[in-house]
Amino acid sequence: MIELKGIVKRYVLGDETVLALAGVDLFVGRNEYVALIGPSGSGKSTLMNLIGCLDSPSEGHYILNGRDTSALSEQELAVVRNREIGFVFQSFHLLPRQSALQNVMQPLVYRRMSPSERRDRAVQALRNVGLGDRLDHRPNQLSGGQRQRVAVARALVGEPSILLADEPTGNLDSRTSAEIMGLFDALHAQGQTVVLVTHEPDIAAHCRRTIRVFDGRIVEDHPNPARAA
Amino acid sequence: MNVFAEAFSAALASLNAHRLRSFLTTLGILIGTMAVIAVVSVLQGFSDSISNQFSDLGSNTLTLAAKNEQENFRTGQINRLTFEDVDALRYKISGIERVAPILRAPLGATLYKGRSVAPQIQGATEEAQDVLGVDTSIGRFLTASDEKNGRRVAVIGTDVRDQLRMPPDPVGEYLLIGREWFRVVGLLEKRGEIFGFSQDNRIFIPFSVARSLTGTFERSSMEVSFTVTNLTEVNQVRERTERAIRATRKLPPGKADDFEIKAADSFVRQFNSITATATAVLAGIVGISLLVGGIGIMNIMLVSVTERTREIGILKALGATRRDILVQFLLEAALLSLLGGLIGIVLGLLAGMGIASLIPNFPPAHVPIWVMIAAAGFSAIVGVVFGIAPASKAAALDPIEALRYE
Repeated sequence: MIELKGIVKRYVLGDETVLALAGVDLFVGRNEYVALIGPSGSGKSTLMNLIGCLDSPSEGHYILNGRDTSALSEQELAVVRNREIGFVFQSFHLLPRQSALQNVMQPLVYRRMSPSERRDRAVQALRNVGLGDRLDHRPNQLSGGQRQRVAVARALVGEPSILLADEPTGNLDSRTSAEIMGLFDALHAQGQTVVLVTHEPDIAAHCRRTIRVFDGRIVEDHPNPARAA
Repeated sequence: MNVFAEAFSAALASLNAHRLRSFLTTLGILIGTMAVIAVVSVLQGFSDSISNQFSDLGSNTLTLAAKNEQENFRTGQINRLTFEDVDALRYKISGIERVAPILRAPLGATLYKGRSVAPQIQGATEEAQDVLGVDTSIGRFLTASDEKNGRRVAVIGTDVRDQLRMPPDPVGEYLLIGREWFRVVGLLEKRGEIFGFSQDNRIFIPFSVARSLTGTFERSSMEVSFTVTNLTEVNQVRERTERAIRATRKLPPGKADDFEIKAADSFVRQFNSITATATAVLAGIVGISLLVGGIGIMNIMLVSVTERTREIGILKALGATRRDILVQFLLEAALLSLLGGLIGIVLGLLAGMGIASLIPNFPPAHVPIWVMIAAAGFSAIVGVVFGIAPASKAAALDPIEALRYE
């Protein structure tokens, strides 16, 4: 499903060329629950941006669902993001002036879906994360945990192949973190492929597989021991 | 269409989120549009009323008059039309329908029961009614038998009746014009004013009577208005008339015409060309003010794009293409500008109506629909044109950078 072959990513900063990823090979199958860990500057964010099709590799191939995305144009990448990827960010990244429902409907706008169908799907997605009674609240009327749930609903409303979460609990207290992680666990149990970027070991421990990135390379890749319930 | 409606309501919502800023941003457009609509409405109202007053004189009416240079007045050798000229028009030129000679008859004051007025007195025949487009509201106009029998009858304008305090229906009353008594047979329809000159302070008497009474007057002068049978032939008839009148006036070849043939609508045309010039100058000023307004919009939109960098990043992460973002910001700019334009049109109309009603005797303001549509369309176009730079900036943002933007 996600297949990275010899991925190299270089950035040019002034006169200097920074090697963010120095040859990454990776395979993530359907319904995997993966944690990407590593210190800041290790290249895990770059890796996540590439997996999320926000960026293209300098070298190598990224095959997503059997399709090589390395050669896609910006326009085509936008379509892939819209259909295949569901993003959840550390700081939620909700649209501040729009209600929870409108936020969740937004990705479907780019699918040229009819408003009524969009609405039905968004309502369902919000119900699935337990926010069926908060449809018309704006982000600033919601708690942190609720905001992140809206973000999860928005990520899932388009039924993406991958749920890609970047430090999803970074801005939440421990109790709310546990709540959100419980949501991810449940989604995984329902068959959703989840890739999670984190630097917190106990968050990574929720996943079934841990991939450690360091200096632009994968230095560790192992299944997690089954968690005690 | 659905997509468009969607983007449209999104743009509206975004403008609504910063109401005061949106209003101030579009103020330049608003004032520019308001100025043009106000001035156009006043000019147009004025121009309409002029055209209406002249439309009675159809475009198939030509007028033959003597032409005099300054020189002629100094030397006293003033050119006048003669009765031969009238006969030439009547009998020698094909394509002429009706001929109405008008003799200005300065017979002196007009008296009625001790009151006196000095109206314009004109000798005319029954044809004048059609050719000049005058009508009577009470009584009748001059007839062929008035002319033939040299009856001392008069058709008077409403100003004459009012100033002499005659009864509302003055038919049958007697007036002393100069040294002759005239019986009033008709009252002309009220025509109002052109440039402040009353068109109702006049008296028509039979041409033959005017001719006999003014035979000795030095200052009497004649014009002949005539209608052309076939409107498409106006120019040919004009040429034929020129040749025939040169012949009757025995002008040797090479000598300039001492007469002129005027179209009744030439004044209207002249006036319209003045309005057109005024409109062109105005369009220039408006162009500049819309340019300034457009720059204002561009400025604020650029600021807005910077402010919303993160939002744009989010939208891109959710799958918005460059084009989606471009359309959204272009629409916002166009809508902003269009709203300014629409408010400007309404305020401009009100201002025009206010100005027209403040000036006494001024015709009501009027703006043709197409001017309003053009103004609205133009302001939307200004928005699109000046929205291009900010919108492309937004569309070109890198999603990763934009998401990181604080």
